[in-house]
Amino acid sequence: MIFDVENETLPREELEKLQLRRLQDLVARVYENVPFYRKKLDERGVKPEHIQSLSDVSLLPFTEKQDLRNHYPFGLFAVSRENIVRIHSSSGTTGKATVVGYTRRDIKNWGQMVARCLAAAGAHSGDFVHNAYGYGLFTGGLGVHYGAEELGATVIPISGGGTRRQAMLLRDFGATVLTCTPSYALHLYEAAKEMGIDIKELPVRIGIFGAEPWTDSMRNEIENKLGITAIDIYGLSEIMGPGVAIECAKVKKGLHIQEDHFLAEIIDPETGEPKKPGEVGELVFTTLTKEGIPLLRYRTRDLSRLNTAPCRCGRTTARMERVTGRSDDMLIIRGVNVFPSQIESILLETEGLAPHYQLIVTRAGNLDNMEVRVEVDEAAFSDQIKNLQRLESKIEKNIKEFLGVTAKCKLVEPKGIERSEGKAKRIIDMRKEQA
Amino acid sequence: MKVDQLSIFLENRAGRLAEVTRILSEAGVNIRALSLADTSDFGILRLIVSDFDKAKEHLKAGGFTVGRTTVVAVEVPDKPGGLHSILDMLREAKVNVEYMYAFVNQSGSHAIIIFRFDRTDQAIELLQKNNIPIVPGEKLYKM
Repeated sequence: MIFDVENETLPREELEKLQLRRLQDLVARVYENVPFYRKKLDERGVKPEHIQSLSDVSLLPFTEKQDLRNHYPFGLFAVSRENIVRIHSSSGTTGKATVVGYTRRDIKNWGQMVARCLAAAGAHSGDFVHNAYGYGLFTGGLGVHYGAEELGATVIPISGGGTRRQAMLLRDFGATVLTCTPSYALHLYEAAKEMGIDIKELPVRIGIFGAEPWTDSMRNEIENKLGITAIDIYGLSEIMGPGVAIECAKVKKGLHIQEDHFLAEIIDPETGEPKKPGEVGELVFTTLTKEGIPLLRYRTRDLSRLNTAPCRCGRTTARMERVTGRSDDMLIIRGVNVFPSQIESILLETEGLAPHYQLIVTRAGNLDNMEVRVEVDEAAFSDQIKNLQRLESKIEKNIKEFLGVTAKCKLVEPKGIERSEGKAKRIIDMRKEQA
Repeated sequence: MKVDQLSIFLENRAGRLAEVTRILSEAGVNIRALSLADTSDFGILRLIVSDFDKAKEHLKAGGFTVGRTTVVAVEVPDKPGGLHSILDMLREAKVNVEYMYAFVNQSGSHAIIIFRFDRTDQAIELLQKNNIPIVPGEKLYKM
């Protein structure tokens, strides 16, 4: 089903006219209200009236995650705080978090976009949504929640964790739609099985999974084990949250981007130049309608490509290929974004530690595990076990507190960390080999 | 009155201990006393050696994290109650023993116990006041 027939099936020509009109309005708004963008545009000699066609987007500056951090917390907001009705934030140490704000209209638009996504996945009003994305500062939980209500579905705001309870309620309430990360879906399946609950026998028929990369083989595994249709949803908090793009259940080949709200580009991550249509590169989004924190050409670091061919589902919006990788070193641990630089600053802030560390990421069963190996130098060393164990748990606590992710800390001997050509290898991600 | 103890950080995997003894052996350093504390991931090897500076230098060059800890070596009569009377005295003075290990001297009638106290100076004062023989570092290294 198409939730918003008018906007999801616009002829490309009309869609592009709408995008241009909104882009012109956007550039005028940020030039007027966001000093950061006014300065950047002035430096380039670009005025809002210079935007005459969609390809003029290339006149605009890029926005990086670091720009949001540099203007922590509210420096890139385009409206006064009184007009913001909600704040979300990514994980991060103080000053490293990225904070986003939504106006009343942003929240309404977002809800409609997520409702479109749920409909594209095959859900409809009257469905029963078991929403196991985390609620709170993370955009996942509340993003899906408002979309499900907009669609007219019943939401169970179960949030993350408490897996045995989740399995019990999934059975007892009889939800028909499951929303969570793909790895959590498999974890939930295993936990349910141990309790004698076979999810395949339950009424749940659709799973909408996102917030971490997954593969087609994982999709097959989920579909076979849980007896559901598994759909990929894409989003990021800087742009909006979940619902920026969605696969349609009918075709399942690429994720339809909400192009009336976002202008997507594919660029070369090295040069910043646009890629030819169909080529793989870094996804860049401009938020056409967002009021709270509109962004020009936000670099997602996600690698993908675009397909504007019409889809058999009837939508005319461009489809982005499932994200295949990243152009930076960000890790996704149980749906939480983790940058090695964040771990590094936590170690530096923890007394007496040299920043010689290594992150080992593995997947045990269906859940990610991260081990942080830290070299013990003379300053941090003690002849007493209790002091070293205290150091380990302090690091673990700080990582949990600042990044919201559980890690195991392991102290190692100096030079115990593998170095290739003199450069320390910071990340060992074994999840792909294990998959 | 104090003794320098070498503390070495070891990862809990095969061969690390042997690497320490290899380095000391090649440096011609003799081990007088030792104790190993371990967790599932790592261990701390504590050594009293014949030549502290030489041992430390070679182990550091071998890539180990090495620390210097001040401990006290006490002569304890090798008979029932010998250790208890000392610990009881420490308890009364509220001096805490962080850890300890013993080795038996070849000469026979005494054991030597290495103590790591939370308040070393106060412990030494207490032991001396009660005429408990303390083995100075210089003597211990050459034993």
